[in-house]
Amino acid sequence: MPRVHDRGGWPDAGPINKAEHNYALWEKRTDALLMLLASPAKKVLRVDELRRAIESLPPEAYERMSYYERWISAIETLVIEKGILTKEEIDKKAEEKDS
Amino acid sequence: MAAKFKPGDQVRIRVGSPPGHFRTPSYVQGKVGRIEAIHGDFRNPEGLAYGKDGLPKQFLYLVSFDQAQLWETYAASSRDRLFIDVYEHWLERVDCGS
Repeated sequence: MPRVHDRGGWPDAGPINKAEHNYALWEKRTDALLMLLASPAKKVLRVDELRRAIESLPPEAYERMSYYERWISAIETLVIEKGILTKEEIDKKAEEKDS
Repeated sequence: MAAKFKPGDQVRIRVGSPPGHFRTPSYVQGKVGRIEAIHGDFRNPEGLAYGKDGLPKQFLYLVSFDQAQLWETYAASSRDRLFIDVYEHWLERVDCGS
């Protein structure tokens, strides 16, 4: 049974939306965050690790999330795994931003 | 370390879904393809995905498949081929005549 990301040969899900679209600020920031973390100067994580973390999302979460939601979720998993930030620190910061 | 396969060799893709990250899609597993080119040797992404050094390096090959062999209902040209990069540890030799 292929994992959720291993899509080749799955039943046709309809045409691919190829329309160009604008990215939200948080999506651009997510992209920038990964570029920084994976940069030769920082070397905090590798794209192979990002892929692994994305593939490890529960299938229902993988299906529900948008492209950059998967990225930011995987980045969070990895920085926690590496002991750089704790879940509590991330949640606290998110709450501050929301309030 | 030398590459195990050379262009023209017939190979079968290993079947397996090891836990964790791997780069070989299920639709080519168990299928027989042909080595088209050797890309070189690279750190193994299956180790890199867990923050390891990815050593020893693995040879990466360009492998081609007959599309009609991959997809039961393939309706286009019988000459169509799929080209995909596969690491050496996913390849098994297929002896000629077998």
